[in-house]
Amino acid sequence: MSLFAHQVRADQLVFWRGRESAIFVFLFPVLLYLLLSTVYSGEYRGRPNTDYLTSSLIAYGVANTTFGGLAIILVMRRELGILKRIRATPLPAPMYLAAALCSILAVFVLQATTIMVLGRLFYDWHLPEQWPSLFAAFLLGALCFAGMGFGAASLIRSGEGASAVVNVVILPMTFLSGGFGPTTDYPSVLQAIADVLPLTYLVDIVQGVVYDGTPIWEQPTAVAVLFAWGLAGTLIAVRYFSWEPRER
Amino acid sequence: MAAAVDVSGLRKSYGDHEAVRGITFRIEEGEVFCLLGPNGAGKTTTIEILEGYRARDAGEVTVLGLDPGRRERTLRERVGVVLQHSETWPQITVGETLKIYAGYYREPRNVDEVIELVGLVEKRDARIKTLSGGQKRRLDLGLALVGNPDLVFLDEPTTGFDPQARRNAWEMIRGLRALGKTILLTTHYLDEAQQLADRVAVLRDGLIVTEGTPAELVASSHTEIRYREHGEVKVVETDEPTRTLHGLTSRAVAEGRELEELEVRRRSLEDVYLDLVHEDPT
Repeated sequence: MSLFAHQVRADQLVFWRGRESAIFVFLFPVLLYLLLSTVYSGEYRGRPNTDYLTSSLIAYGVANTTFGGLAIILVMRRELGILKRIRATPLPAPMYLAAALCSILAVFVLQATTIMVLGRLFYDWHLPEQWPSLFAAFLLGALCFAGMGFGAASLIRSGEGASAVVNVVILPMTFLSGGFGPTTDYPSVLQAIADVLPLTYLVDIVQGVVYDGTPIWEQPTAVAVLFAWGLAGTLIAVRYFSWEPRER
Repeated sequence: MAAAVDVSGLRKSYGDHEAVRGITFRIEEGEVFCLLGPNGAGKTTTIEILEGYRARDAGEVTVLGLDPGRRERTLRERVGVVLQHSETWPQITVGETLKIYAGYYREPRNVDEVIELVGLVEKRDARIKTLSGGQKRRLDLGLALVGNPDLVFLDEPTTGFDPQARRNAWEMIRGLRALGKTILLTTHYLDEAQQLADRVAVLRDGLIVTEGTPAELVASSHTEIRYREHGEVKVVETDEPTRTLHGLTSRAVAEGRELEELEVRRRSLEDVYLDLVHEDPT
């Protein structure tokens, strides 16, 4: 077994064995999906709400898992000294980070699949015609939010702070960007704030695909904004990422 | 014989603070070498430079013939590390953790052997969060050994242990020595250095103030002569108290003055070390 596969397996073991991470990172978006789909059973733009909620809750899953989950995992490991300890082993540092990324992407893929299967089973949800664009948007979103996750992990100082910071960022962001439902009735101030948030653009892309049949390559502005956020996060990480605990 | 570790003129500053101010030492293969000194003496800075964590400001350093600053993988294959503070994932077991680490090395030791070596057989399937502090420290040692290293760095391996746990740790370190490993150990316990080390370097304020076998350090503990001159306390340390004292007194007599508060006493190793720990750096 290659070293990379070995490390991804190790990350998976650690992730699923940690009940807090499995519940918060993996299960929470799934639970919110079930809750919102059950409460909001009406229609949006002439189609059942499940078309909106299934894709927007997966978009929330992108933020929650590849941004929030990754940031928390990395900060906890850094503050416990796990990252520092790993640096003394022959495992190359870039491979360690790539495995962490790959592992959290695997969690996201499983989460998105779970949401889609539940949608199919309970809410009569169907894949949109442009499903390759939908999947491409989720993958692009996952990579960009992972970049932001690395950036956030580099800026968050304490292990206890990580979950708090991540929740304070993600939940309002998802609410404002339409991850929990359409924002057409929001006051213009809130919509203006939403216009700078990366998740707004991911939700826009997926709703463009689902409602208007617009493939991802015909939404270059939203893709560019998302990509810029991902790049900014990655650059912050390149500059500030630390393998050693900050609080000692 | 090649040196396992060769350090000369090593310097390291953090901002204005010079943590290591030009130290030189050599560790032979198969030797247990101890850096002894109080907190803040520069022990951890030195060992972390050798481990490749910190860049040095000046000096030559080789570890197993390689420059640790280049962080080569071939070097990390052959070196085991116990950090002063580090934890592992609390939710997985001792056996799982060791297996993960074993996977990082080309020629790891058998995981069950390592578990036995560090005395965690009964805790093999216990999650790390259920282990005591001493057991976690033993796991740290196991993680350092699972790659079957030639050289092991132990940064304060027994700090915070109760006396029994320290004795156990000492037994384990002696076991490593019997396996032919080269060991660099830091500690601020004099007895630990005396018990374990083939050679000891005493570090203070970033400088090696004395170095030798534990027996040599005891033999070198000399006589201290104190007196007051022009209102200032003078301290002279000497291996030849009769001659030194004669020189001092005859000069004073010739100049017709008194060596005020003259005091002569033999210093033990413990005195030497306690002075290092407690005295102001003057």
